[in-house]
Amino acid sequence: MAELSQFSYEVAHLIGATVLMAGFQLLYQRRLFAVLNTFAFQALALAAAAAWQAHVQNAPHLYITAAIALVFKAIIVPGALHWLVEKLGIHRSVETAMSIGWTMMAGVALVALSILLVLPVTANAAALTRESLALAMSVILLGLLMMITRRNAVTQVVGFMALENGLILAAVSAKGMPLVVEISIAFSVLVAMTLFGIFFFRIRERFETLDLNDLETYRGDRQ
Amino acid sequence: MTPVLAQIAQIFLVVALAPLITGWVRLVKARLNGRIGASPFQPYRDVFRLLQKEAVVAHSASWIFRAAPYVTFAAVWLAACIIPTFTTNMVLAPAADLIALVALLGVARFWTALAGMDVGTSFGGLGASREMMIASLAEPAMLMVSFSLSLITGTTSPAQIVAFVLSGGVGVEVSLGLALAALIMVAIAENGRIPIDNPATHLELTMVHEAMVLEYSGRHLALMEGAGMVRLTLFMALIGGIFAPWGMAQPEAGALGLAIGLGAFLAKCFLLATALGIFETVIAKMRVFRYADFLGGALLLGLLATIFLYVSEAV
Repeated sequence: MAELSQFSYEVAHLIGATVLMAGFQLLYQRRLFAVLNTFAFQALALAAAAAWQAHVQNAPHLYITAAIALVFKAIIVPGALHWLVEKLGIHRSVETAMSIGWTMMAGVALVALSILLVLPVTANAAALTRESLALAMSVILLGLLMMITRRNAVTQVVGFMALENGLILAAVSAKGMPLVVEISIAFSVLVAMTLFGIFFFRIRERFETLDLNDLETYRGDRQ
Repeated sequence: MTPVLAQIAQIFLVVALAPLITGWVRLVKARLNGRIGASPFQPYRDVFRLLQKEAVVAHSASWIFRAAPYVTFAAVWLAACIIPTFTTNMVLAPAADLIALVALLGVARFWTALAGMDVGTSFGGLGASREMMIASLAEPAMLMVSFSLSLITGTTSPAQIVAFVLSGGVGVEVSLGLALAALIMVAIAENGRIPIDNPATHLELTMVHEAMVLEYSGRHLALMEGAGMVRLTLFMALIGGIFAPWGMAQPEAGALGLAIGLGAFLAKCFLLATALGIFETVIAKMRVFRYADFLGGALLLGLLATIFLYVSEAV
């Protein structure tokens, strides 16, 4: 990686930071359509990150990763979720388990945590590698946070896929990840989405809500 | 051009240009709304009209109400004098830094809020309390941005920061991008633009800045509105100067360099004003209770900018 110039690293980090900012934006948004649009933007930034890495690492297979991110995650998945939300008639405000302010603060704490984690692990690596790893780690943790703080099933799925975006960001920043893995990741997302879609319909048919808190009353161990 | 002459030119440039920029934003918004809109020079006519009118003061007003427009305008004008617009070579530039800038804007805001409460009408008090709520969130964010900028460039003086960025001392940094996003959010709040405040409304439920200056008329109102226009120009100069300083005249530049600097400054202002007009058209006003989320976001972005600085520098 030493042959990469300072400038190419800086641009890569800037795109990585855009992905991270989109992660924060996801935490900030309350409305379902806004969440989906932000997710599409994050996937777009991820595609840009992958394409830039393909360019600077001279690794053409990363262009395929970029195309997968662009087509599946930025167009098909948000489009399908849009359709699903409209079909289910739930395009109203998203409820959050914590207030937005606290969630954002927890997000910054998670970024600090991921930096603290990355620093000792990559003690021998260059500062530039460290920064990309810290960025990707933060995106992953923010996705997890989103899954924890949201109650709506659709936003939890978006949180899961944001986490997935962080994984791919980490993968493209490290040199030489085999394409096989990426294709499998992309397909697993698609399969997961289909499953979630069927699942949503089933939940709604049975309980007439997507609020997962309402489902807890049906749990056996509470009785 | 000597630093003294450049400073004098700058002092008059910001005031002369400010109404035009405000007028341009209004024109862009009007065109996007499908209206023809007033000429961009309309704010000049408005200010001159107000200056010729009699200033009506309420019976219950104290000296604070009469002094506030002058103090507010003077503080904002002084703050605008230390931001490099077309050249970094100014005599007042070493006199004050970004922290003094935050303080001067704070003084202006404090006096406006006092004036809002002085007459004792309910709207003034309501506007003042909302303005103070916004200030308590926007000022820490602005300071956090100043800190991360100073950590990158090693100075808090705006002119030296610009000179440092111009000399290529700083690359494309993640922290700079985060600081830019935070500064834009703060600038929107400080200038009372949509989504925080609507500068074109007198609807009692939503107005903040307009509620405080509701009792003013004549030359007092002209000064208050002028202060708002200069503040908008100040933030445009700050954002354009620090994050896109290209074209700004260096100390050794001749007449041609100064002309280029002036042209670049005008171009930057009109680009930013157009972007502001488009942004205000596509976005909706926010509920008052969501201000804390928006400005808290700005503060956290500033904090992230500082955090990432430590990651990239911890070699």
